[in-house]
Amino acid sequence: MQAALERVGITTVSVTLLREITAVIKPPRALFVPFPLGFPLGAPHDAAIQHRVIAAALDLLTRNDVPFISAYEQPNLS
Amino acid sequence: MATYADLSLTTRLFFKAYPLHRYAIDPVPCAPLRVPLTQARFALVTTAGLRTPAQDDFDFTNKKGDSTYREIPNDIAVNTLVESHRSNSFDHSGIEADANLAFPLDRMRELEARGVIGELNHRHFSFMGSIVGPAKLINETAPQVAEKLRTDGVQVALLTPV
Repeated sequence: MQAALERVGITTVSVTLLREITAVIKPPRALFVPFPLGFPLGAPHDAAIQHRVIAAALDLLTRNDVPFISAYEQPNLS
Repeated sequence: MATYADLSLTTRLFFKAYPLHRYAIDPVPCAPLRVPLTQARFALVTTAGLRTPAQDDFDFTNKKGDSTYREIPNDIAVNTLVESHRSNSFDHSGIEADANLAFPLDRMRELEARGVIGELNHRHFSFMGSIVGPAKLINETAPQVAEKLRTDGVQVALLTPV
């Protein structure tokens, strides 16, 4: 899906929960997140963490050295 | 953190035998961003198997997986979306409680309102995940959706799994 979009000129970034699989498939830009399966943006009804994940994903949109996988880092909230 | 170790034994055995390398993207296409995010039109694409209450459910009888998609209007109330992902290899409770977890339309609306992104497209797309036989997806339905979004003038797509 991601490749089909890039081929028609749409810049894409994906969120992924399984780095091993993403590393094989090689989508253009992917943000690996350290959450359990079923929780790609962190936690339900938690707009703050969902926004942090989205911001980290959008940061990758300027990368053109594809395929590029980045890892989301949890901020230290203490 | 989710790794192979978190997957059920059945799922791990599936991947051990699955020809994943066959579906490696090669060459990897790259569409550089041509406008600032503050001016870009965005669409969401999810593989969480979400649909509106009025839409037909996905087909669970197809052993290869249902490679069709559902068009989600931008003005949908996110809490009305129905989650029907067929996989039993993950905890569905989070997305059932808040579909933004895998289809963050409310968050993107907030970014649009704050001027962080240009605007949201009038429609978004939802696919079923766990498509074990992806030929039809790769050759037919994914290019169809790409063409629809290109025609809509979408410049950026955010893809989210579940």
